[in-house]
Amino acid sequence: MSAPHVLAKDFEAPGLWLFQWKPLFHIGPVAVAKPMVLSLLVMVIVVAFFWAAFAKPKIVPRGVQNLGEVAYIFVRDEMGRPFLGKDAEKWMRLLVPLFFFVWIGNLMSVIPFAQFPVNSRIAFPMVLAVLVYVTFWVVGVKNQGFFGLLKNATMPPDLPVALYFIVIPIEFVSTFFIRPFTHAVRLFANMFAGHILIALFATVGFHFLWEKVTPLGFGVGVLGVVLTIAMTAFELFIQAVQAYVFTLLAAFYISAGLHADH
Amino acid sequence: MFLAEHTVGLLAENTENPNPLLPDVAEMVVGIFAFLVVLFFLGKILVPRIQKALEERTDAIEGGIKRAEEAQAEAQRTLEQYQTQLAEARQEAARIREEAREQGAQIIAELRDQAQAEAQRVIDQAHAQIDADRQLAFTQLRAEIGQLAVELAGRVVGESLEDESRRRGTVDRFLDELEDRARAGA
Repeated sequence: MSAPHVLAKDFEAPGLWLFQWKPLFHIGPVAVAKPMVLSLLVMVIVVAFFWAAFAKPKIVPRGVQNLGEVAYIFVRDEMGRPFLGKDAEKWMRLLVPLFFFVWIGNLMSVIPFAQFPVNSRIAFPMVLAVLVYVTFWVVGVKNQGFFGLLKNATMPPDLPVALYFIVIPIEFVSTFFIRPFTHAVRLFANMFAGHILIALFATVGFHFLWEKVTPLGFGVGVLGVVLTIAMTAFELFIQAVQAYVFTLLAAFYISAGLHADH
Repeated sequence: MFLAEHTVGLLAENTENPNPLLPDVAEMVVGIFAFLVVLFFLGKILVPRIQKALEERTDAIEGGIKRAEEAQAEAQRTLEQYQTQLAEARQEAARIREEAREQGAQIIAELRDQAQAEAQRVIDQAHAQIDADRQLAFTQLRAEIGQLAVELAGRVVGESLEDESRRRGTVDRFLDELEDRARAGA
């Protein structure tokens, strides 16, 4: 047997069960596990921070209000305005909660003792994506009418007639069925994969430096620890990017509901 | 077996091939609940508050700039007003000086005229006086000279010129001749 096979004989890489949590306790028939607790924790953190920042906003900002304003203006200028333009101000009431709920949920991945990205459980991104999808429909029907929305979304103007036979089904499926799915899955899959990567390298380190220390495996274990740290830093970046993308897409879908953008 | 979490026993053991794409209903409920709470506090209360504060700040800054501009315009207006007033005052002063100068010149001219007239009057008076004196002297002399001349002539020629009328006629003729001679000589 080759060296890697000998080394890895007792090593078990983390798999899908990494995301299956035992219930911590039961409330009636509902089994409460760690992801739910973390989700509620995210809720408390986001509300508490913005309450501290904006409960009594001053004309001349002090302390945490400064930070809150940076956060607000970042979401407004980077996610709201690119697609919503002048309507951004009004939609900040949805986009600010959305961005920070997603981002802090992702950040739980690297918070000691939490160490689990809430959005790596599909249920959480899914409800948010559905909420945005419903908002898109409500805004779209209100501003363009039901058939107007269908027409504007599926029929880009100035195409040769023959092309419409291909474009309409593609655009229809893409806009009304694939969009909410990809919206949720993009966030879920990134957090899911990120968590597996960190867990894998952490497991390598733990296995080769603690559970089964061998002269050959020592270097592998050190590499595992180093990569765990590197991946954690990388995940910090990915978490923010995914929250940004999720919110930006929400703004884009809402803008598609507000007016025909072709 | 691996990972601290697993040893603590938080992860479910040996779940049969879980499908990560199937959502847990309880998690969906908790997720939407948590998000709606966040949406309520942030969207309904806090974001509108900070938007209002940011708007007020914009207003305050713009208002401050506007007030400063107004103050500057006011100062400019006052300055212009002062400058206008100053220019008017200068013009007025120049006008008054000019008037005074003219009046002065006029007064001097009038005084000069008066003085000249007075001088003329004095001269004329003096001339008249002199004429009168001369006339008087002449008249007196005429009578005396006449008498003296007759006396002299009488003595010289020895002739009695008692006849008054002849005597007077002769003397007068002589004197007239004298006068004519003097006038021709002059």
